[in-house]
Amino acid sequence: MIRKLICGAGATGAALFTATAAWAAEAVETVTESAGTPIAAATEVVEAAAAVPNPGNNAWMMTSTILVLMMILPGLALFYGGLTRSKNMLSTMTQIGGAAALAMLIWVMWGYSTAFGPEGNAFFAWGNLFLSAVTPDSTAATFSDEVISEYVFVSFQMTFAAITVALVLGSTVERLKFSAVMLFTAIWLTIVYFPIAHMVWAGGGFLFEMGALDFAGGTVVHINAGVSALVLAMILGKRVGYPHEPMPPHSLTLTMVGTGLLWVGWFGFNAGSELEADGIAGLAMINTFVATAAGALAWMLMERLSGHRGSALGFCSGVIAGLVAVTPAAGNSGPFGAIVLGILASVIAYFAVAKLKPKLGYDDALDVFGIHGVAGIVGAIGTGIVYQPGLGGPGDGSTPMGAQLVVQITAVAVAIVWAAVGTAIVAFIVKAVTGLRVTQEVEREGLDIGEHGERAYNL
Amino acid sequence: MKFIIAIIKPFKLDEVREALGAIGVAGMTVSEVKGFGRQKGQTEIYRGAEYSTNMLPKVKLEIAASDALAPQVVETIQQVASTESIGDGKIFVLDLVSTTRIRTGESGDNAL
Repeated sequence: MIRKLICGAGATGAALFTATAAWAAEAVETVTESAGTPIAAATEVVEAAAAVPNPGNNAWMMTSTILVLMMILPGLALFYGGLTRSKNMLSTMTQIGGAAALAMLIWVMWGYSTAFGPEGNAFFAWGNLFLSAVTPDSTAATFSDEVISEYVFVSFQMTFAAITVALVLGSTVERLKFSAVMLFTAIWLTIVYFPIAHMVWAGGGFLFEMGALDFAGGTVVHINAGVSALVLAMILGKRVGYPHEPMPPHSLTLTMVGTGLLWVGWFGFNAGSELEADGIAGLAMINTFVATAAGALAWMLMERLSGHRGSALGFCSGVIAGLVAVTPAAGNSGPFGAIVLGILASVIAYFAVAKLKPKLGYDDALDVFGIHGVAGIVGAIGTGIVYQPGLGGPGDGSTPMGAQLVVQITAVAVAIVWAAVGTAIVAFIVKAVTGLRVTQEVEREGLDIGEHGERAYNL
Repeated sequence: MKFIIAIIKPFKLDEVREALGAIGVAGMTVSEVKGFGRQKGQTEIYRGAEYSTNMLPKVKLEIAASDALAPQVVETIQQVASTESIGDGKIFVLDLVSTTRIRTGESGDNAL
């Protein structure tokens, strides 16, 4: 996703009119003057003409944006909510909604500027606070010579920031205070998410310039969320009674509904990340089908091979693992590379969740690290392999696999360190200001009543 | 008058209700309950975390019957609800001191 903004049109209507006229004149002039050098001429003309976004691409990106919103509410809210105990259902869903809503407001105030602003260094950007440089006529570049309307790009990227912080909250459900959620959201987005998004996706960003492949956010969204969730859960501490008291999911039906909404919404997330409705978006689409299907069945198979029954929750977990793994690879892999990635990520995430977590003893309540973090790492590194044309990937082969892998692993390592250190800092600030945990009585009685004064089910 | 409490397997409920209707039982109270007896519990596994549940879901019937009808009620439930395997449940019979119909104030067998 490239985000070098081609033009910020003038602030007033008069200025706009003048500017448009000027471009038109320039375009004509360019064509006439450089008739002898067709390539240069074509480039020039396209740049001038590209100020008008293709309505088809705009329409697809608007659709993708609201698909990602659907992943948050109700998708993620139901997926997570169903996995908690019934006394914490509303708290879990409200934290997701609250964090996402705050993320949207912060995004338009300073988030977009910090991630994709016109000025910047390798780690941060600036110069577009309160969207001051965005107008209905300004545009954002796609991967080709097309552009989309900048407001659409701002909205699309906004939903990514919102879902990433919402994902983190899965590890801390049933005990993290709502006030802590709000403060965490504000600071974490600012010092963890925006810089990582800038580094990976913005022209001039540290990892972008290094050539890291991250089609739709395997590093920015999933590794980032997974590692942050782990660190926050460790600082927050375990739930009262964990792991001795049984804490089974209260409604796998709702979790299954949420899983379905996430899968559908993920087409906006992955295929939308092409920023155009073109062939690569189509590739991302088919990969989002098949990697997910492979991940779902692989998880159930792992359950069988471990001597259990293939379960509904196993199916849902495999779906998410497959989706996460294919996120960085969506437009960077052939369908069969994506299938292999989905299987690998699902199998490794299964071990992380079912075997590693009980041994290490941390309480990542809904396995955000085990699934998003682990499958995200598998996907990000694996993308360097499946990208190669010899393996059916869309790469041109100009970067050898070894070199690409080094870049991918570097990007993963940078994201892990940045997310871990950043989240630890945020957690200690929040702990000092609002405190992190609810009281033990509230935790016992449930956060629905204790934090929100409501009950999810009045039967 | 007798007060009959029967704990049965949930899937037997409709069959038992029909059979009791046929012998003249005019009403009953049904609740979904959990409990344990000789039948073993189940093991549930969520993402590798195993929980063994000792409590199994059952259905509880409460029936007030005249002394004349009570033995037939017990016999009917026993026959219909049986699958001849553990976990079929139990029937308890208690002496019932009084019954009053709220609408009319009638009491005794007339209120059943």
